[in-house]
Amino acid sequence: MSYATALRCRKCGREYPLEPRNLCDFCFSPLEVTYDYKAMAATVSREKLAEGQFSMWRYRDMLPVEGEVVDLGTGFTPLVKADNLASELGLDQLYIKNDGLNPTYSFKDRVVSVAVTKAREFGFEAVACASTGNLAASVAAHAAKANLKAYVFVPDSVEPGKLVGAAIYKPTLITVEGSYDDVNRLCRQLTERFHWGFININLRPYYAEGSKTLGYEVAEQLGWRAPDCVVAPAASGLLFTRIWKGLDELAMLGLIEPVNTHMYIAQAQGCSPIVNAFQAGSLHVHPVKPQTIAKSIAIGNPADGYYALRVARQSGGGAGAVSDEEAIAGMKLLAQTEGIFAEAAGGVVIATLRKLVASGVIKKDELTVAFITGAGPRTQDIVADAVQPLSIRPTVESLEEVLNVREPKLC
Amino acid sequence: MAKRQVLFTFPPDLVQQPLIYYLGQKFNIVTSIRRADVSENKGWVVLELDGDEKDIEQGLAWMTSQGVRVDPVTGDVVEG
Repeated sequence: MSYATALRCRKCGREYPLEPRNLCDFCFSPLEVTYDYKAMAATVSREKLAEGQFSMWRYRDMLPVEGEVVDLGTGFTPLVKADNLASELGLDQLYIKNDGLNPTYSFKDRVVSVAVTKAREFGFEAVACASTGNLAASVAAHAAKANLKAYVFVPDSVEPGKLVGAAIYKPTLITVEGSYDDVNRLCRQLTERFHWGFININLRPYYAEGSKTLGYEVAEQLGWRAPDCVVAPAASGLLFTRIWKGLDELAMLGLIEPVNTHMYIAQAQGCSPIVNAFQAGSLHVHPVKPQTIAKSIAIGNPADGYYALRVARQSGGGAGAVSDEEAIAGMKLLAQTEGIFAEAAGGVVIATLRKLVASGVIKKDELTVAFITGAGPRTQDIVADAVQPLSIRPTVESLEEVLNVREPKLC
Repeated sequence: MAKRQVLFTFPPDLVQQPLIYYLGQKFNIVTSIRRADVSENKGWVVLELDGDEKDIEQGLAWMTSQGVRVDPVTGDVVEG
């Protein structure tokens, strides 16, 4: 038995039963899962959680699932103390939450694990999603594990090579003629037509809850405390809001002190509708046409943009955007200081963090956590220029010549 | 008959135009506004359209041709 009680509209507060549904009938705002926190608080404790398995499912009592979960071994990813990068940026305490080390190499495994578990509970025989990368791979992998059919929709402009990470799990892969907007429209129509669990449409309230575990884990890994500052990427804005919700829930349950974390949104300048709204002082996120190499966070019309804005404002945080060139420099800096190969979204996070520290917004003595939400190898072509080998003849002298060194002969 | 929930974003020069009225008149669509924020130089409206599927498609294409941005209220569902 979970402690989830209902789906509640985030705007007008109307409640709905726990069923596959993502929008309020009245105001068309997103729904979120609510819980009986009093009952939950009586069950969870630091000690009990610490005895759990080393995966996101150690927090099962705080998630909206009932039966057997669909788990690939997701979560409890490393929180690395990044002293080299901290020194480079001018921080005393910097940690990297490396969620690229999940089973399909991105944080999407957290959300999909919950959504596919719910799909099975609701009796769906198939799950579906529209994705060009990380989400597609995660949905296909979890569907394989759960013995469910998977349908993955992709705009036909996406290069076939980008789809290998999903295709290997053998979903039904469908390329759609037309633009991203056409695929968006088609998928919404399909949700009404087919009895499918559409991962980020009719299962979205449950999908969202998986991201909370990032907040839980970071607090536990820091010794049951919230960071002073968080820098995280925003695509739809959902992950960003749920990291905050995770921290907030831990405080509500008495597991950590009241949260005073400043939350900072990182976006690419080529797709920064939430940052634009933050900087304009607006509460409305105007959609944009994405144009960035950071494809995994290129969402022009972010469903949770308004709520991400609110979290950034209410937490005394902020928002920053960086160019593609800065993002690539961020990827290389992270790799070359901490040995972590992140995807472009991670480069966006590091480059934004760098700006926030340089401008004095994040202070030197503030304990900061930067979230890396996907691994680099899936899109390694964007940093192919890093390959600059030295060419030698097969002789010791040739190597000494190019390295400009001469080792003494061994006797 | 079909229903569609959409977000219209109006650029400053169109805020004072009664485009939602014309949408209903020209394409025989019933428009039901649920949320909105309109000021003298910007505006967005969340509404439900009720009508024939073909009329809704043509009506949305007409709104776009007038310079209004049309987006689904669910936000983009194609993720990276």
